[in-house]
Amino acid sequence: MSPTDDRVGVPNDRIPHDRVRDDYTCDLAVVGGGPAGVAGALTAALRGLSVVLVDSGARLGGQYFRHPPGAARGGTPGLDRFLRQARALGERAEVLLGHQVWTVTRDGDRLTVHCRTPDGRTVAIRCRDLLIATGAHDRPLPFPGWDLPGVLTAGGAQALLKGNGVVAGGRVVVAGTGPFLLPVATGLAGAGAEVLGVFEANGGLGLARHPVLAAGKAGEAAGYGLAMARHRVPYRTHQAVIAAHGERELEAVTVARLDADWNVLATRELACDTLAVGYGFVPQIELGVELGCETRQDADGMPVLAVDDRQRTTARGVWAAGEPVGVGGRYLAELEGRIAGLAVAGVPVPGVLARRRRRLRAFGEALHHAYPVKPGWQGWLRDDTLVCRCEEVPVARVRAALELGATDARSVKLLARPGMGWCQGRICGYAVACLAGESPRPPRRPIAQPISLGALAELDLDFDTP
Amino acid sequence: MTFQITIDGRAVPVEPGQTIGAALHAAGVRAWRTTRFGGRPRGLFCGIGVCFDCLITVNGRPPERACLLEARPGDEVTTA
Repeated sequence: MSPTDDRVGVPNDRIPHDRVRDDYTCDLAVVGGGPAGVAGALTAALRGLSVVLVDSGARLGGQYFRHPPGAARGGTPGLDRFLRQARALGERAEVLLGHQVWTVTRDGDRLTVHCRTPDGRTVAIRCRDLLIATGAHDRPLPFPGWDLPGVLTAGGAQALLKGNGVVAGGRVVVAGTGPFLLPVATGLAGAGAEVLGVFEANGGLGLARHPVLAAGKAGEAAGYGLAMARHRVPYRTHQAVIAAHGERELEAVTVARLDADWNVLATRELACDTLAVGYGFVPQIELGVELGCETRQDADGMPVLAVDDRQRTTARGVWAAGEPVGVGGRYLAELEGRIAGLAVAGVPVPGVLARRRRRLRAFGEALHHAYPVKPGWQGWLRDDTLVCRCEEVPVARVRAALELGATDARSVKLLARPGMGWCQGRICGYAVACLAGESPRPPRRPIAQPISLGALAELDLDFDTP
Repeated sequence: MTFQITIDGRAVPVEPGQTIGAALHAAGVRAWRTTRFGGRPRGLFCGIGVCFDCLITVNGRPPERACLLEARPGDEVTTA
């Protein structure tokens, strides 16, 4: 081990030395460097607020605007504009990359954002206002063989391509539900993969009447349609991948034709080396939940942070924008970031922004209704199918916990351990809630990222001990 | 400029800015650890730092998420 090799996530030399310091004090701290966070931070900074933005990635962009280092290559619509915003932000605010936020504490009117730095130190950002713009991650469903290498989330395949220039595989199957499957499939096909098909579990309308069209986004929908046709990628509705097969890696999948509730009607096998699969998204809301923000259930069943028309949560000084208040895509995320930035700066929000926000929010909810998760997926499971990948908890152990009297996801977790591993239930939480027969509850993760006990001990926290 | 890292002594090419996980996956190395109980192979899954499936040992340091850790020339990956 080299003594100079002290990075965690990001090479240390990416941070200029004059900006390495342990504590910051500002008006507004923003967590998340995607479209919502950057728009919010820039808007507030342009109104004269002192702003610190923190992101765990090596570069700004979040998931949608993930890009390789250096000159941005084309491909992601809107990336040039985002990068101009990011540069403008860098001139007006502190941008801390490779910083993982593990908790936020409150002391009266002041909030403190606690981060772990690239070299393992802790950094505290003291602020009056906090904007939560932490985005979302894929919502996977378990199925036999889903833990085989070669099975990736749709977002994971996209991150490989956008951030690393790596095509996830040679013969690729894309499956799940929702409009996000289209850019994933066309991106992979355009980069040289043989995409054997997009299997959309919902939808009887097909690509020609895709809801993206109904929203007046004809250009976007036509673009995907053309790209799918050019690369001869079949788009099959009411079909899903219900099993993955292979010895040490993925070798084939079982594709099923489904009824409206996702029960299996007929199956066939398809040889492939890669599967990109996703059933919607999980908004990342734990920082808000720990600060006491009220939540609401979004149309896709997920708990999200409740906000007013200025993006203010129910906790004093805490604002939220983008997917944590309901998955709606990058246009809505950027708009909500701007609204939050104005509101934090005490500037009235123009009516045109408010109306546009309502329209985009309604579109997001319409997509949730068009692409629900139907209960039939539970019939794809076998007794030995892992539900929790971290703790390797199979379906049989979850069902045994339910038979023992567990009546909700929390008691299933205590009896059978799903969600007790490294990912803290982020991956299996939705599935465990469904198996327990309830809607997913707001996640409780007092420590949102792994930190060392030393870093925890450095923190001067007053715990009330009896 | 392309550079190299190694996994158990085998050379793997890397483009600047790529993560360790992306470089390994691109080189056809799709699994680099096995699970504690079932001994199942694991590599990338979520690809964005959420699932922790891709934990990896680089230069003898405690395990990190391969999907987040940017590769540096000469990095030595070891599998158990």
